[in-house]
Amino acid sequence: MKSVAEILKEIRPEFDFTASTDFMADGMLDSFDMVTLVAALDKNYGISIPGTDILPENFQNIASIETLLRRCGAVLQP
Amino acid sequence: MNFSFRNKRISGVLTVVPANERSFLEDMKNFNAPEARSLKLMEVMGYDKRRVVSEGVCISDLAVFGLQNLFSRSLLKPEDIDALILISQTPDYLVPPTTSVIQGRLGLKQDMLCLDINQACAGFVIGLIQSFMFLEQESIRKVVLLSGDVLSRKVSPKDRTIYPLVGDAIAITVVERDSGESSIEATVKMDGSRGNALSIPAGGMRLPCSPQTAVLEDVGDNNLRAKDHLFMDGSAIFNFVQTEVPPLINALCSRTGRDIYSGDYFLCHQPNRFMLQKLADKMKIPHAKMPNNVVERFGNSGGATIPMALTINVADHLKAGSARACLAGFGAGLTWAAMLLTLGPLSFCELIDYP
Repeated sequence: MKSVAEILKEIRPEFDFTASTDFMADGMLDSFDMVTLVAALDKNYGISIPGTDILPENFQNIASIETLLRRCGAVLQP
Repeated sequence: MNFSFRNKRISGVLTVVPANERSFLEDMKNFNAPEARSLKLMEVMGYDKRRVVSEGVCISDLAVFGLQNLFSRSLLKPEDIDALILISQTPDYLVPPTTSVIQGRLGLKQDMLCLDINQACAGFVIGLIQSFMFLEQESIRKVVLLSGDVLSRKVSPKDRTIYPLVGDAIAITVVERDSGESSIEATVKMDGSRGNALSIPAGGMRLPCSPQTAVLEDVGDNNLRAKDHLFMDGSAIFNFVQTEVPPLINALCSRTGRDIYSGDYFLCHQPNRFMLQKLADKMKIPHAKMPNNVVERFGNSGGATIPMALTINVADHLKAGSARACLAGFGAGLTWAAMLLTLGPLSFCELIDYP
């Protein structure tokens, strides 16, 4: 299973996501990337992130994405 | 707002699409985005092929072609049409109404009612409600509901938020009285305060088209768009659909005592595959019951997508028998609407190409 950081890197290889706390403000993810990211996370963790949770604040940084994933029932690697 | 109807039915559906096909792989060369990102988007959203009109083709051209096709095969008699309704955001003219244009071109009788309704992706359900209301009148026995758009003429080729998903089409739905005891339940909601999320800013009286409104502007995320073009706040619309549509359908089922899971099909407007899959997941509806394959084959053609989903997925079933269906449309206005009804048996249910 891939980590969130690895999935982000596959979508936008030109950025270091571990160095940012606000992907949107830093111009690292746009709304299309967010859709691509949700599809990748769904597939990787075997879940379906609810459409109502696809909001910028849930994809602000790696910590917020991991919080969302746990809420959706994903089991994250320590 | 709730609606109930008795003894009405859809008797046939014909969808007309332009023969002219474009592909996402071709379109993405216009976008100012890396190819790899566009390809990922293609996979998730279901972008692939779409049908668009050639330059100068209007919605009335598709309608006249389709109706002539039905007349020539004796599937519909011109003299039987008591009302003609067009659901569209892309009229031929501001004046006269496009239904009058169609009536004149086809030489339909004068003793009839023609009505244009400016509605979009929720328009098919709105149009059915209007059709059923007309059929309450003694003088109206058969209504032809036309729904669709030629919005490809109003999108910027350099705006990847909207260009790759828009297709053109018209659906011709014949609606008439039913001798059986069929029951139809519908519900509609509207919120004009959020209307700017899906709009064409220029072209009406508020901001007429001019050389200035045709100028492409950088609107962020490497997209270029003019005020003459269709604008969609994709995130706002996505959130609107996921938030508003499930409770609308749940309330409709609850009011009518129907089990949401007992129906055969959920035929929804077709914005893109991702949005529909998320909608199905939220409502715990199997993906197989909610087709999402219109955009990938034909593009999003507004009020034509629900009948198109019907014609390409369940035509054989509905020509041979009947099925319980939930229709749901959502879009400009903002408007969202749902309807529970029995579909079929239909005397025709097919898709044809406009050459």
